[in-house]
Amino acid sequence: MSIDAIGEARRQVEICNACRYCEGYCAVFPAITSQRSFLDGDIQQLANLCHDCRGCYYACQYTAPHEFDLNLPKALGQVRRDSWHQYSFPSGFGAVFQKSGLAISLAVVIGFAFVFWIARQFAASADGQGFYAVMSHGLMVAIFLPAFLLPLFSLMVGLRRYWKAVEGAPVSASHLMSAMHAAARMKHLSGGHGEGCNFEDEDRFSNARRWWHQLVLYGFLLCFVATSSATLMHYLLSMPAPYAWYALPKLLGVPGGIALSVGTVGMLAVKMKSDSALSDQRFYGGEVGFIVLLFLVSTTGLGLYWFGDGDWLGAWLAVHLGSVLAFFLLMPYSKMAHGFYRMAALTRDAQRGAEHS
Amino acid sequence: MKKQCEVLIVGGGNAALCAAITAAEAGAKVTVLEGAPKSHRGGNSRHTRNFRCMHGGPLGTLTDIYETQEYYDDLVKVTAGKTDTELARMTIEQSEDCYTWMHEHGVRFQPSLSGTLSLSRTNAFFLGGGKALVNAFYRHAEGLGVEIYYDTQVTHLERNGGRIEQVVVTHEDQEFRLLPKAVIVASGGFQADLDWLADAWGPAARNFLIRGTPYNRGVVLRDLLDQDIQSVGDPTQCHAVAIDGRAPQFDGGIVTRLDCVPFSIVVNRQGDRFYDEGEDVWPKRYAIWGRLVAAQPDQVAYSIIDSKSLDLFMPSVFPPVKAGTVEELATRLELPPAALKDTVEAFNSACKDGPFHPTELDGLATDQLTPKKSNWARPINQPPYYGYALRPGVTFTYLGLKVDETARVQGQDGALENLWAAGEIMAGSILGQGYLAGFGMTIGTVFGRIAGREAAHHVN
Repeated sequence: MSIDAIGEARRQVEICNACRYCEGYCAVFPAITSQRSFLDGDIQQLANLCHDCRGCYYACQYTAPHEFDLNLPKALGQVRRDSWHQYSFPSGFGAVFQKSGLAISLAVVIGFAFVFWIARQFAASADGQGFYAVMSHGLMVAIFLPAFLLPLFSLMVGLRRYWKAVEGAPVSASHLMSAMHAAARMKHLSGGHGEGCNFEDEDRFSNARRWWHQLVLYGFLLCFVATSSATLMHYLLSMPAPYAWYALPKLLGVPGGIALSVGTVGMLAVKMKSDSALSDQRFYGGEVGFIVLLFLVSTTGLGLYWFGDGDWLGAWLAVHLGSVLAFFLLMPYSKMAHGFYRMAALTRDAQRGAEHS
Repeated sequence: MKKQCEVLIVGGGNAALCAAITAAEAGAKVTVLEGAPKSHRGGNSRHTRNFRCMHGGPLGTLTDIYETQEYYDDLVKVTAGKTDTELARMTIEQSEDCYTWMHEHGVRFQPSLSGTLSLSRTNAFFLGGGKALVNAFYRHAEGLGVEIYYDTQVTHLERNGGRIEQVVVTHEDQEFRLLPKAVIVASGGFQADLDWLADAWGPAARNFLIRGTPYNRGVVLRDLLDQDIQSVGDPTQCHAVAIDGRAPQFDGGIVTRLDCVPFSIVVNRQGDRFYDEGEDVWPKRYAIWGRLVAAQPDQVAYSIIDSKSLDLFMPSVFPPVKAGTVEELATRLELPPAALKDTVEAFNSACKDGPFHPTELDGLATDQLTPKKSNWARPINQPPYYGYALRPGVTFTYLGLKVDETARVQGQDGALENLWAAGEIMAGSILGQGYLAGFGMTIGTVFGRIAGREAAHHVN
């Protein structure tokens, strides 16, 4: 339960506040030392600042078998996931996707089946080219626009709730810039010394996780911009898909898709190497499932581009759109939520830094 | 375990690892025997946070300059002259080079921690603290091919004239007799052996808490002293500070410190004050309070503040005991309520008006009160009231092995041929009394490196 998780994290944070040896690792510790007592929202804010880099875990003189039994990344990880669930909208729905890779796969399969069914029900317009020959543009928009906007709306409601809990002030451009600056480099996963985190091989520092994650992040952003540019070309310039390899959607989308595919494989590899006993194992399946889903989205997108001609087009399209559909709909309830909450936490941290100085 | 080994290092803390790395880099085959399990490796080094470092100009995280003479003067002040001038000066002079050496071997530094600004010029803070340093050194040593055994207690070093011939070791319930060419002992003091502490200090020591590792039981120290090795340091003394009385018996480390004393009154079990709580700023006084509390009945005291002072010091690891009235607080702390009330009232009526400055000696003293409180004397009258139990927390012991400037251990009839010492086990040579923050790690690093170099030279 979230109250217990917060209580346990608070117990650990209070020990950290009396020690302070880890101050240089990341933003969590300066945020701790600026306070003497911690409300639930304070703990949730700390939790969403934590990257689970484990620098503090391996440096800690109070980890088990010491009776203080500290494992701050684990305690904050529990609070973090609970906070996404607590603030999610509609509330109380979808906790299963944080924990279960099986639930995510089921969602994907349902996504496939749905797209297949739709494609069979509505014969595409005869003049459609490429994949629009399988499913018309209008139909795709009718499905994917709400499937994208509704989860986004749901996330925004969640973030508003979070913002209230952490006593956030009105956001200024400088706070946002500061947050984006930190996120763009994953500054807080640098270990403070630039050598990275202690994730894959006990106390050895490595930037591998940081690199893989940024490959995923920038790959995802490239794909997003590619899709957005295609939308603009379609509506503003009346240039519908398919596009040639030198068109903007392809120039951005293909490298983005490759980066996303390679990055997710890298993320999975470092995750497999890490000591899973140090984090909350209840969420392991959900996290792996989410990474696999991202891999599926990007890889099937590339597959559609390279191999989706002739007879295989329909199959590739269903697999790709099915996984995209599942990915969109699960955004508020899967690990995808972390990006939004992290940005909120970084923004709040920038605000608090300004308030204290 | 292999019987034959070149350089055998007894202990697994900072000094031992500095010796191991230096010897391995000089080409020696090195074996490290750590008495603790891997989870508790590193002795007291795992609880440290910085080392005191001489520097002629800004160096990494260190600001300004801190020259040999000032460093040496600081040492003389805390030890009241109980130091070996030559060894001390050599240690100080070599400390500057240690900064770079540590960095080259994986240690990372961070600016001085919040609440420790006074040390930013003199002490280099390890990023993540001493355990992170220990981790970096172990990783580096493993990379150099150093063989490391945990849970391995050395029980006896067999001396034959000027040589150590055999080393007896217990590992996984089996006894091994090793035949090293050179031995470096870096296995710390004896503060975790409560029986020894009680023999040395008196039965009151059984109520002391040990701030550091439970594995520093002085087994090797005693074994060598029983074989006519010259000792240094007062065998009856230990360095003790006043810490949170609720701390665990061992390994409480840094978080158990309490910085509330200057803003409080401190009473004993009878509810009486016994010393000037405001004599000087806390960094200069915390060390004497270990002894003061040790001299009170049951080796316990209670620091009492009111709500005015709660935010003036670093947060404590355990929340204070809290009550709406002084009598209620006394009951909760199991003190005689009437006596505590009298003490607080007598103190309050001796307080004068005047400016209060928590960060400097403000001269806000009591009037006609025994014992006097010389600074920060504000009446304790604003509920809620808070109390912390204080107990003596032992950091280290002073008794050690006498060494020369090459870290070679001295027998009654001269230096031993193949035995060196580094770290707490020989620190009494330089630190005969008192303590200078971060100096233990400096001694360990300097002498660890010297011992490693000398031992490697001996076997090559």
